[in-house]
Amino acid sequence: MIELKALRKVFGAVVANADVSLKIERGSIHAIIGENGAGKSTAMKMLYGIYPPDSGEIFVEGRLCHWRSPRDAIAAGIGMVHQHFMLAAPYSVFENIVLGVEPLWPAQRQAMREKIKALSAQYGLAVDLDAKIEDLPVGIQQRVEILKLLYQNARILIFDEPTAVLTPQEARNLFANLKKLKSEGKTCILITHKLKEVMEASDQVTIFRAGAVVGEVKTSETSVDELASLMVGRKVSLRAERGAFEAKNVAGGGSKETGPVLRVKNLSLKSSLRDLSFEIAPGEIVGIAGIEGNGQSELLQVLLHPKEYHKKMSGEVSWLGVPSLSGSKTLSNSEIRALGVGCVPEDRHQEAVLLKRPALESFLLGFQRRSRFKKSVFIDSSRLAQAAAEAFESFDIRPRDPALEMSKFSGGNQQKLVIAREFEFSPRALIAAHPTRGVDVGAIEFIHAQILKARAKGLGVLLVSSELDEILALSDRVLVIYEGRIVGEFKHEEFSTGQVTEMDLGRCMTGVAK
Amino acid sequence: MSENLDTILQIAGSTLRLATPLLFAALGGLISERAGVVNIALEGLMLVGAFVAAAVAYATHSPVAGAGAAMLAGGLFASFYALFVVKLRADQIVAGTAINMLAAGVTPFLCKIFFQSTSSSAALPMDSRFVSAPLYGAWIFVIAVAFGLGFTPWGAWVRFAGEHPEALDSAGVRVNRVRWMAVILSGFLAGLGGATLSIFLSSSFSRNMTSGRGFMALAALIFGKWRPWPTAFACLLFGLADAFQIRLQGVVLWGSDPVPVQFIQILPYFVTILVLAGVMGGSRAPKALGQPFLKH
Repeated sequence: MIELKALRKVFGAVVANADVSLKIERGSIHAIIGENGAGKSTAMKMLYGIYPPDSGEIFVEGRLCHWRSPRDAIAAGIGMVHQHFMLAAPYSVFENIVLGVEPLWPAQRQAMREKIKALSAQYGLAVDLDAKIEDLPVGIQQRVEILKLLYQNARILIFDEPTAVLTPQEARNLFANLKKLKSEGKTCILITHKLKEVMEASDQVTIFRAGAVVGEVKTSETSVDELASLMVGRKVSLRAERGAFEAKNVAGGGSKETGPVLRVKNLSLKSSLRDLSFEIAPGEIVGIAGIEGNGQSELLQVLLHPKEYHKKMSGEVSWLGVPSLSGSKTLSNSEIRALGVGCVPEDRHQEAVLLKRPALESFLLGFQRRSRFKKSVFIDSSRLAQAAAEAFESFDIRPRDPALEMSKFSGGNQQKLVIAREFEFSPRALIAAHPTRGVDVGAIEFIHAQILKARAKGLGVLLVSSELDEILALSDRVLVIYEGRIVGEFKHEEFSTGQVTEMDLGRCMTGVAK
Repeated sequence: MSENLDTILQIAGSTLRLATPLLFAALGGLISERAGVVNIALEGLMLVGAFVAAAVAYATHSPVAGAGAAMLAGGLFASFYALFVVKLRADQIVAGTAINMLAAGVTPFLCKIFFQSTSSSAALPMDSRFVSAPLYGAWIFVIAVAFGLGFTPWGAWVRFAGEHPEALDSAGVRVNRVRWMAVILSGFLAGLGGATLSIFLSSSFSRNMTSGRGFMALAALIFGKWRPWPTAFACLLFGLADAFQIRLQGVVLWGSDPVPVQFIQILPYFVTILVLAGVMGGSRAPKALGQPFLKH
């Protein structure tokens, strides 16, 4: 059993954990939930020895513990599966597992391999010991991480947002593994903010808000709605209310466009995209549903950067009536953006923000050449600062400090900034790729509302997401993509009336049915 | 016919000889870079090794003592480098350049003190020079480094330190200690490489005698994709270019005059650029290369 007593941790002026006390039963799956910045990770990092607590006590199996580093925690049987795996990509599974205590001679090596194989059989974690990490899918890599912890004799396993990187199938696999671990007497701690997973996998839930524990419930006695309210401290609707965002209800609503916002005709890209054709009308949200890796990323790249791909692709694309790809003629990304195409990219950290720079610079990113923020050849910093301040206010980006380094903002606030930036120049079309990935519950609601508002204003929206719930809640039309082909098309009404169920979609997404 | 064969054998022999300093230095750089520390200081470490070897061999009449002293001097300079880049987390390129400039200044200064000349040391008699030992030694080191990196715990730690230092740290191994060791070892090897320049390939130290060989070694290990055997092969390639260059000096290729020597001397550097720019695509550096490791 683990007991945290009155843990407190302060970083500079920020109280990450004010007074955290909680108990975790041995042999249970215990979910720790809370919004980004609620302090759940900080508490778990203290349990794992990454940070020493400022005050308070940690008891593991009745013993008071003072960790000097994670090594002490590991020695005491606590292991952590980090969000970014502690695995070196070019080396083998075996090398990664035995790291730190390498075999010295062949017999020893053989014995170690046997031990790992026995563990992998016992816990149903099949993996090829000689495979290189980089050749394995993420789900299997995570399995290697778990195996590594078990090999180090971990009895308590902390999972930090374990499904953030997994496909739905892999996530299901993980939950099966968690149950197996539990049945073998291990304790699993699950840090997450995906409430459906909490309901599916855990026995007990502790809810964090603003650095403190605000609730502790048995999973069997709660619901997603109750958990969401506890987490956010107010009632939240997880199903975006489309009704409130019909054109007539939103200021400046109503479509001014006539032709399609995006027209794609017979688009193919080598082996990843095959003969895609679809259109998006003004004031329409078209959702692309599918399991990740079925061509979604390629589609986004091709739509936004036709110039870089045009030798490998065929077909026609036009944005807002202007051909961006037809024959050998292509537009560059900046030309497409200048037409009025806003974009919330797939990989926020790589493509949307400058993590190590002040948020203000991310706010300007991509629009630095627009005359509005320019004074001859220089950036008009006062006007920029003013625009940023307004955007921080109207998009509720916290903290309200555009000079703060981007990485200091939570995922949700980073994403809000990206959306605020894209809306700054009143786009007429929007690409939203995984708009709520790595974003906390409160911000999800806000972001969904923004997308629906854009729709009401007459923007055509292309929504790509691996969260089926999100697709279903927002889209007017859903296209299902499988192996680079559109294999199904459904209208919003078909879901809302129950003609088509999630199961039907799931079958479509796995290529079982049309 | 036999004249041609002679030429080929001569070039092969001088290729092996000229590749020797590169081999030592490149192996040293390889160890350091695999551990995650860019070692642009190879040039300076070699230069220090070259001077110390010449001075000690001159004084003791023992090439072995000269080489040993060069190794230690290289290690000493490298630990100075490690202090800055590993412990104090300075920028590796800037600190490396500083070491190179320091070496370029210190060696002529010491040369002046010991030999009353800033341009070169006194010529070494035959008994103070190596005849062929470094030729074999270099290849023994290739084998040792390949084996050490691939099959020993220490080698695994070096590789993880360069690829995923956090993973190594969480496994209970001190990343920065591994990096210190790797950098010092690379100093030993670069020092030895420098020694082969002054007491094996020639018979004295002369100012700036490395003339870019440290950088060439760096190029070789990048061309060799940070792996020992391909790196050794790359060193041979550069050695070959060097051998050709020497062979072609004063040779009349066309017309009545020989090609100006300055043009011919470009050859090894030209090959380096070609190799790095053209053939190199697809090679992959250790992931944490150049990034100081800071614990939480």
